[in-house]
Amino acid sequence: MGTLARIRQSYILYSFVRDWVAITCFIVVCILILISFLSPFIAPHNPYESASINVMNAETPPMWMEGGSSEFILGTDSQGRDLFSTLLFGMRISIIIGCCAVILQAFLGVIIGLVSGYIGGRLDSFLMRMADVQLSFSTMMVAIFLGAIFQAAFGVAMYERFAVVLLVFIIGLAEWPQYARTVRASVLAEKQKEYVEAARVIGLNSARIMLRHILPNTLSPVLVISTVQVANAIMSEAALSFLGLGMPVTRPSLGSLINSGFEFIFSGSWWITLFPGIFLVLLILVINLLGDWLRDVLNPKLYKG
Amino acid sequence: MEHLLELQNIVVRFALRFGDLTAVDDVSFTLDRGDRMGLVGESGAGKSVTGFSIIGLISRPGYIASGRILFEGTDLAHLNEEALRNIRGNRISMIFQDPMMTLNPVLTIGTQMTETLQAHMDITDEEAAAMAVDRLRMVHIPSPEKRLNQYPHEFSGGMRQRIVIAIALLMDPALIIADEPTTALDVTIQAEILDLLLELCATGKTGLILITHDLAVVSQVTDKITVMYAGRIVEMGSTDTIIHDPRHPYTQGLINALPGSRHTGSRLNQIPGMMPNLLTIPPGCSFHPRCPFMMDICTKQAPRLKYYKEHERQISCFLMENQNKGSI
Repeated sequence: MGTLARIRQSYILYSFVRDWVAITCFIVVCILILISFLSPFIAPHNPYESASINVMNAETPPMWMEGGSSEFILGTDSQGRDLFSTLLFGMRISIIIGCCAVILQAFLGVIIGLVSGYIGGRLDSFLMRMADVQLSFSTMMVAIFLGAIFQAAFGVAMYERFAVVLLVFIIGLAEWPQYARTVRASVLAEKQKEYVEAARVIGLNSARIMLRHILPNTLSPVLVISTVQVANAIMSEAALSFLGLGMPVTRPSLGSLINSGFEFIFSGSWWITLFPGIFLVLLILVINLLGDWLRDVLNPKLYKG
Repeated sequence: MEHLLELQNIVVRFALRFGDLTAVDDVSFTLDRGDRMGLVGESGAGKSVTGFSIIGLISRPGYIASGRILFEGTDLAHLNEEALRNIRGNRISMIFQDPMMTLNPVLTIGTQMTETLQAHMDITDEEAAAMAVDRLRMVHIPSPEKRLNQYPHEFSGGMRQRIVIAIALLMDPALIIADEPTTALDVTIQAEILDLLLELCATGKTGLILITHDLAVVSQVTDKITVMYAGRIVEMGSTDTIIHDPRHPYTQGLINALPGSRHTGSRLNQIPGMMPNLLTIPPGCSFHPRCPFMMDICTKQAPRLKYYKEHERQISCFLMENQNKGSI
């Protein structure tokens, strides 16, 4: 049976086409991802090009309001950048950081969880206590701490250059215990099953048993938490940026855009904060709804009335 | 001639918090190529642990405390993990009770078969697939080429167990250990699987150890029986003589407990009491609290496994010793 036919007959597709929430969310996520990644081509302005920015245009309201210009659909921010373009570029940064951080989290967490659950004993206790310690620090605290150290050690200019990588690392390192615990729990359950014993009887080595036999059987919870974690990571990034510890204003993410507009909200320029906020909420909402749907599909025992 | 497998005074212990528990106590037996031996006993008698000790897969906290396991001349009890891994699935393979559980649900059976081959041989995917098809044909799976790409859930229980057997046969092992291979199957399929095992052993190259509590299965398949009780061998000899003329009170109890045709309508026989917890094995003969022929000596001294010529088997019981003074 070909892969295509297998997909066409799969239960996931079956339940997907019958769930309009899932379809809507999927479409919205696709659109958001598409427009943010195509932003260099579809955005009317390039917010990174300082030559095209005119401070005289600062705080222009959206085009349908009095004083608005058709050149700036959603108005401009405090520096005169077109808000719509900046927003698209910012969303791209947010999504990249979110996804990369989750990949890092998953990589660390899955490996640690596998080893911890499969080998057990002292190593298991050690790794899980490490996870407990890690979880007892909030992501924000770790991020503030690391960000401050980096800025102090290498200067703000260096920090601005490596902000994306740094944020990926901070958010990735702060949240791996989520994965490690989930994977460990399923590994403990899978390890009891006889096919693992059978694999050992066949003469396979531990690494192969872990990666080929146990890992695929633990993937469905990993998939589910991955979606939720992407949303969480984007939110963490936005929160950090809002606190001024994330992306610099020269290359704003959704969070830093909200932050930069926050200063002007009482002077009447509400749009600088509102539109990035709406996009952030929309993005996180649809990702979470998709995650919910995925959880219901992958876990038939969970009956939703 | 060298035996295929020789267990010499194997002792398996489990190190628990409150002290060591002896699961297998001084077990010795030999097996030659083409032999089919049944390892019989109640749950917890140490049958499976004995089986696992042969391939060095006693999981922690268990360990082989003493004794030697000679397989084709090498001592498996003192072999390192790497060398053992080469023997597992290669020279010795094992079949488990539940075919639902022994196959990995997310891998096709083709993958699971080629994986075994490639763990032990340096061959290409195509060659491995060809060998897999050959073995599937050996266990009478129809259109094996198509079956390779299917997942375990696409097979019935009996077919799955046949696939498990096919995987066990992949490397032409010299010894197959079958741990209750038919317990999870219904009776008609059970017969099929037993026929298959017999057919495979008929070539005379492979030894079979059949671990089971089902005496009917044992009498159909095996030519030797080893009866275990609380970690010790109590009676060992040819299947025919033991089934028709059990000598040890425990074996007699087991065979009497089978629902026979003689006493239709009356209560089934059973051995009174339960097998002792391995932590509190009674002193002397471990069977004495349940034994109808208990004597004074049984509570004080453990009988030794001895060969009795007139019964053509080894028995560990003082009754025999008293009846036959002077036998070897």
